[in-house]
Amino acid sequence: MTKGVVAGIIANLVMVDVDGPVAQNEICFIKLKKVPLMAEVIKVVGEQAYVQVFESTRNLRVGDTVEFAGHMLEATLGPGILSKNYDGLQNDLNKMEGVFLKRGDYTNPLEVDSKWDFKPLANVGDRVQAGSWLGEVQENWIAHKIMVPFKLNGKFTLKTLAGPGNYSLSDTIAVLVDSDGKEHVVTMVQKWPVKLAIRAYTAKPRPFKMMETGIRTIDSLNPIVEGGTGFTPGPFGTGKTVLQHALSKHAEADMIIVAACGERANEVVEIFTEFPELDDPRTGRKLMERTTIIANTSNMPVAAREASVYTAMTIAEYYRSMGLKILLLADSTSRWAQALREMSNRMEELPGPDAYPMDLPAIISNFYSRAGYVFLPNGTTGSITFIGAVSPAGGNLKEPVTESTKKAARCFYALSQQRADSKRYPAVDPIDSYSKYLEYPEFIEYLSENISPDWLENLLFAKNLLVRGKEAYEQINILGDDGVPLEYHLRFWKSEVFDYVILQQDAFDHTDSSTPIERQKYMMKIVIDIVKGQYDFDSFDEVNIYFRRLINVLKQMNYSEYMSDDFKKFKVELDEILQERIVAVTA
Amino acid sequence: METQAFQKTYTKLTQITKATCTLQAADVGYDELALVNGRLAQVVKIIGNNVTLQIFGGTEGVPNNAEVTFLGKAPTLNVSDDLAGRFFNAYGQPIDGGPEVEGLEIEIGGPSVNPVQRMKPSNMIFTGIAGIDLNNSLVSGQKIPFFADPDQPFNQVMAIVALRAKADKIILGGMGLTNDDYLFFKNVFDNAGALDRIISFVNTTDDPPVERLLIPDMALTAAEYFAVEKNETVLVLLTDMTLYADALSIVSNRMDQIPSKDSMPGSLYSDLAKIYEKAVQFPKGGSITIIAVTTLSGGDITHAIPDNTGYITEGQLFLRRDTDIAKVIVDPFRSLSRLKQNVIGKDTRGDHAQVMNAAIKLYAEAANAKTKLENGFDLTDFDERSLNFAKQYSNDLLAIDVNIDGVGMLDQAWKLFATYFTPAEVGIKKELVDKYWPKEN
Repeated sequence: MTKGVVAGIIANLVMVDVDGPVAQNEICFIKLKKVPLMAEVIKVVGEQAYVQVFESTRNLRVGDTVEFAGHMLEATLGPGILSKNYDGLQNDLNKMEGVFLKRGDYTNPLEVDSKWDFKPLANVGDRVQAGSWLGEVQENWIAHKIMVPFKLNGKFTLKTLAGPGNYSLSDTIAVLVDSDGKEHVVTMVQKWPVKLAIRAYTAKPRPFKMMETGIRTIDSLNPIVEGGTGFTPGPFGTGKTVLQHALSKHAEADMIIVAACGERANEVVEIFTEFPELDDPRTGRKLMERTTIIANTSNMPVAAREASVYTAMTIAEYYRSMGLKILLLADSTSRWAQALREMSNRMEELPGPDAYPMDLPAIISNFYSRAGYVFLPNGTTGSITFIGAVSPAGGNLKEPVTESTKKAARCFYALSQQRADSKRYPAVDPIDSYSKYLEYPEFIEYLSENISPDWLENLLFAKNLLVRGKEAYEQINILGDDGVPLEYHLRFWKSEVFDYVILQQDAFDHTDSSTPIERQKYMMKIVIDIVKGQYDFDSFDEVNIYFRRLINVLKQMNYSEYMSDDFKKFKVELDEILQERIVAVTA
Repeated sequence: METQAFQKTYTKLTQITKATCTLQAADVGYDELALVNGRLAQVVKIIGNNVTLQIFGGTEGVPNNAEVTFLGKAPTLNVSDDLAGRFFNAYGQPIDGGPEVEGLEIEIGGPSVNPVQRMKPSNMIFTGIAGIDLNNSLVSGQKIPFFADPDQPFNQVMAIVALRAKADKIILGGMGLTNDDYLFFKNVFDNAGALDRIISFVNTTDDPPVERLLIPDMALTAAEYFAVEKNETVLVLLTDMTLYADALSIVSNRMDQIPSKDSMPGSLYSDLAKIYEKAVQFPKGGSITIIAVTTLSGGDITHAIPDNTGYITEGQLFLRRDTDIAKVIVDPFRSLSRLKQNVIGKDTRGDHAQVMNAAIKLYAEAANAKTKLENGFDLTDFDERSLNFAKQYSNDLLAIDVNIDGVGMLDQAWKLFATYFTPAEVGIKKELVDKYWPKEN
């Protein structure tokens, strides 16, 4: 292996004189006294490699020795990843000793001594390729597939395969023979360089299945699909993280991967403490059983922050290859972009807009493209739905990270300062936000067949209603309550009903925090009927008071258990109020 | 910090800028301290034998034959119980005329807490100021700044909060503090009989700006000693973090780094996060809570310093002068405590969350009514009532001179609701209305 000597240090950028070949993105270890500091090559000039160190470089000296590893940064993939808490380099945080993180404390992501109950799925003599399922073990409630390593190129013949039984991670599970007759041993563990996409699928069609999130402003207005991409930009304080946590709790996915990338440690602690306690309503198990957390918080080394999103995506791709539905959340991708900026700056590269590296848009779109819905070689499907939070500097959506992400992601959930200020949570702006998937004929077909025939129609009606309501509100503000026709007040208050009852949702209320699709349909119908109704009023004051009463009862319904006695009682009350004023229901 | 006999002395500087100097030296560690003609400096760049030093006190009068000796260590602080009640400069040297502190010498700016070793912050800090306790409850282990214009009384409010917080230790990190403000803090703490709980690290406007960069790390190293070793609750006050960030930009500028937004270094987010993330609740009961001040220029929170701070801290507190009642209030719209959910309804009564939200929504209605009024439109009856509600809400609950306990503030809010509105207009869960709506007599 190539060796080197430290020749220069600027913060976490280190220049290394090397004695042999080095590759871009190759991993190396710098010896600080006896502590190995992991680093990654990010530039090579002649006999000198520029490496970014994943640790603090305090007390590092010129002349310290460096050993190169001969491979890129790799994720370790095998049973035992679920429920783990990793740092950005996939070190198991729970295995580290002491309250403080120590430099060079690299821990195994898997349990070396663990045993797994293996069931074969393939047969000796089968022709197999990278990603083929050889067998499975039970990991929490997921049937974890043991696959042909993704690094193996071409077709192989399965020469031996372990029978049913208990095996440890290092036991030989299968032996493969390639076309040259060379044998390859397969265990339950494999490695993959995180910056490369795993492509062990046959096709990546346009996604078309709706992903139920339980969040009404998404499902009922701008739905996302399985294998889709979305992002949530918003100034601080608009509820990005609360929204991400709500998604991670309620979204209908087999596995959730949360990448806490350069954000607050206490937010991750919330997941650490809550998820092992919270029930997954669909399986009755604890949420933590379907969750893996990659925590590289803002005070942890910057270079590892960049790696963390790639580590998370690689784990997602690994589980997708098992035919699972993965939801990957990253909070926030802006911190990752800032990590790129810090390095680019230290390397004295010519800066792009706002001092970000010039290739930022390419890096971001490349990353988003790794999500998606795929057909696996055996005919099954898997998906990665990716939703990234973006923290635009100064709340300005024209800054480079937001702009680049807008080009790559298909759903845009803009968090609005104005809505947050008036505590209308989730503060997703219903008018600025969009879901490009609503333009997909295959998705429209899926909605009408699987959700409800009038889902799309209602959704478009609601969008229009909100725009008209906003226009009416502006007119009222300009011309005064008296200065506009009564109809404007009605229009405004009808959109307020939709806003208060469908869009606003209390993430901290046990019942309201998640709304299953059945309930969303039911409430949507009630609200649409109210909106389409014709009412008889003499003055705008009456409109105002009447609709406040309506909204109040509807909100009580939202807070009550679906179809419980309370719920039905409020429904009766609602019908009574409606009887007072409604003249006709227009279709 | 004296030079020792065996240390090698260099006497040839190859470059001097306003904040840094460069020389040829061997076997130097990154981040290591050095003395340049007696001035403290730190290694910020090593390329081969060329070592660049950042001189904290500035380079004025430093000749190119200055004597340079390396101290073989990063900046350190001696920690022990003797720190209590003492005043130090940015280097951790006493400025109160007392003796040097004996104790364990620790490198400042130490490692981060492993996130899985943190506890969820869940103990409310009661301040008596309902604008904070009701709408923006503080939690021990939290980090939160005041976003304030220079003319606002943020130091006074911070001092009140500090004294009422019942912390075991209060550590003041003053950066670019005017001498008057420094004496203000000293007096307030002294009058409260709290001096033995206070430790201060102060860089005043008289001192060189780059020295400020050491203040937060000094304060937090002392905080970690008391929180980890003694399991104490420690409150750290950092004022003013804008001046800290300005010092960062000076250094990065001298080192020819490409500035990003607002002439700030591209690493500003990470630099600030390293400080604020020291706020933590430890499993053994100790905690570090950080209350900071970030002064704004003209209330602009999109500037890189408040903007990056807002993304790091767990909320922010805004003060505003309410001309209707002629008092300074804690602005309920722009202020936010992100950790309040951890304690609301747990350390306080069960109706807290709904009362808080309802009051703010009504306060927002009043703001709309006010706009209507200013534009010359007629007000509805509801508008009138909202306006009256807002005035009393502001005076009884939001003003910074309020001192009321956790139950009292909720009762007061219910009283205001009942005075001005019907239950349907307030829109609170029915079971709570049944329980707390004041009965007519």
